[in-house]
Amino acid sequence: MNPQILGVVVMFVATLLLAVPLGKYIAKVYSGQKVWTDLVFGQAERLLFKTSRIDPTREMTWKQSLTALLTLNVIWFLWAMFCLLNQAWLPMNPDHNPGMTPDLAWNTAISFLVNCNLQDYSGETGVSYFSQVLALMFLQFVSAATGLAAAAVVFNALKDRTTTQLGNFYNYFLKSCTRILLPLCLLIATIHLFEGTPMTFKGMDTVTSLQGDTMHVSRGPVAAFVAIKHVGTNGGGFFGANSAHPFENPTYLSNIVQMIAQILLPFAMVFAFGFYANKKRLAWVFWGVMTTGFLILVVPTIIAEVHGNPYIAQMGIAQPGGNMEGKEIRFGAVASAFWSIATTVISTGSVNAMHDSFMPVSGMNMLLGMMINSFYGGVGVGFLNFFIYVILAVFIGGLMVGRTPEFGGKKIEAKEMKIAMIIALFHPFLILAGTAIASYLAAHDANMGWWFADAAGKHNASGWLNNPSHHGFSEMLYQYTSSSANNGSGYEGLADNNPFWNISTGIVLLFSRFLPIIGPVAIAGLIAQKKFIPTSSGTLKTDTGTFGLLVFAVKIIIAALAFFPALALGPIAEWMKMH
Amino acid sequence: MLSVICIILLSGIYPAIVWGIAQMAPDKGEGIVIKEKRGRYFYENIGQNFSDDKYFWSRPSAVNYNAAGSGGSNKGPDNPDYLLSVQSKTDSFMTHNPGVNREDIPSDMVTASGSGLDPHISIEGAMVQVKRIAKLRNLDENKVSKIVRDHIDAPVYGMGPERINVLKLNLALDNLTAH
Repeated sequence: MNPQILGVVVMFVATLLLAVPLGKYIAKVYSGQKVWTDLVFGQAERLLFKTSRIDPTREMTWKQSLTALLTLNVIWFLWAMFCLLNQAWLPMNPDHNPGMTPDLAWNTAISFLVNCNLQDYSGETGVSYFSQVLALMFLQFVSAATGLAAAAVVFNALKDRTTTQLGNFYNYFLKSCTRILLPLCLLIATIHLFEGTPMTFKGMDTVTSLQGDTMHVSRGPVAAFVAIKHVGTNGGGFFGANSAHPFENPTYLSNIVQMIAQILLPFAMVFAFGFYANKKRLAWVFWGVMTTGFLILVVPTIIAEVHGNPYIAQMGIAQPGGNMEGKEIRFGAVASAFWSIATTVISTGSVNAMHDSFMPVSGMNMLLGMMINSFYGGVGVGFLNFFIYVILAVFIGGLMVGRTPEFGGKKIEAKEMKIAMIIALFHPFLILAGTAIASYLAAHDANMGWWFADAAGKHNASGWLNNPSHHGFSEMLYQYTSSSANNGSGYEGLADNNPFWNISTGIVLLFSRFLPIIGPVAIAGLIAQKKFIPTSSGTLKTDTGTFGLLVFAVKIIIAALAFFPALALGPIAEWMKMH
Repeated sequence: MLSVICIILLSGIYPAIVWGIAQMAPDKGEGIVIKEKRGRYFYENIGQNFSDDKYFWSRPSAVNYNAAGSGGSNKGPDNPDYLLSVQSKTDSFMTHNPGVNREDIPSDMVTASGSGLDPHISIEGAMVQVKRIAKLRNLDENKVSKIVRDHIDAPVYGMGPERINVLKLNLALDNLTAH
């Protein structure tokens, strides 16, 4: 087999083989069964709960859980804002980077808080080590743990019983940090150290190159950062070039490790649900639907990137490596294409090649991955997004065969359906409304005043585009899609560090993070209170291939109807122009 | 209070452990370097700008190999300005490498990498420069080809692309000329 193809097959299979036992372990952690990490962390956790005066055995309702979640998030937001605005005089700033402007700090704090990591700054010049470690890396941990804990509440609600008591949110949260995220991160950081990723608090180095030029080399505590960046599906890079940077991702092996690290928990959470709620067959159906979607997106992308750019072929230049603009030699076109889809179907948003320079087909598939946002999805929240589609499918399926819509022995009624519909439609609304406003401004080349100025100091809205025509439209569509999907990757040509983009995407980020957490938790909480109806001949079976197909169809229909017009103006038009 | 404890654990203890492990890692986790006798040292993983004709060139870079920053061109595949810049890089490559045909130039030598710091080039990208190097350094072409072949990094456990670290190749070239 071609060594590049073999590489991505190994990545995928290895992830699956690791995810099943990890899912079993996670299920045990959340249900409070004995696991081997009790020896290491059991004592420490008891001490932590004691000092923070939290009783981890106190059961909470879904409303109490959400209140706890939102309160914690407000505290973290304020802490991150403080660090970013004041980093200039705070310690650990060897490169003397300045404090952030308020609009940039707002965008950065929110985007790390919501697990998105849209980065309108570059790590080398935009943040100090203090901000990187104490604000951004901290948020990468706790935002992932928030998603995991919310998913744990939903797991608990979907058990076959009637209850309002859904476990202790703080307990789920802390155990997500200590039992799941920390051990995985320590392992992954260690591998990276031995592959050549730096972990130092020394600042920039100045060296003379072989041919005699003076060059500066940025360094920093990268290894610790890069581990949680992927395990928590955060995706925010230490350096501007993210995982394309040769310190952040030095070898093909480190690339494999990062790829596995980011898909591992989204896989494992599906299996954890199966083990936890004792619905293993259903978990495999879910995983099958997600994988089908993933493969449909990833295969054409690999083909497009390996084929290369038809315009460059016309110039008579050979493309043995495929489309190499924006890609690194050590990863090659295949692993870069695989990464681009993996990072967009789950909500990581890290990149190992520049998405702006990918072929139109690839761009469309990345956008679709984020538009659907639940072919795996981010840590914890991917499962929650998927759950919304399951509720919709149950309802539609029930209507089609004339049976009462039920899921897991609970009736799905008007209230749950309303919440599910609002969540499902809000995502396209945020993306399309944002893109429409930005495109209108760019097309009319509006004078943006304080809201925007390009490098030359001009305030014309078209100045934020790095590429003309359809590709320029795609840049704006991508930015709002990435924000609304809490993804964080970008068509980085877009000039996004200005009040217009910082503030507008910041607002999108807030809505698109918390509504899709509140909604599913509320639905699950409502369902849990209902009377349990044992399975009968009148029940619509959910753990079958037919039901899987139905969920898949619901996703495609919603995405196709909502997004096809926008995709037609962007990547599809670009493709037609090029062929 | 839970937040304070989490900051101590996640932003204090965790990075401290990783930093501790780093002290056992190659070059103490400060970036892997290649040291030379005269006290010069280079970062193995950070690509360098080679514009001099007597060295093998690196790939074009959107940040001119200044590793105080990083990034790609972010040009779309159908952007007319971008296609013109590829055209002019190709023309300049052919001027510096007389006798090379267009179809012998692999696209990685005329396109910018994602980081702007790519330390590698493809095998084709090195081979197409052999003739120029041999002529300028008065070396036998076969000898230069042999150095290139010796510096091919094979796929990792049979996975991924073959590649050549430009810095190591050029250091070997300088050593060869010195003897």
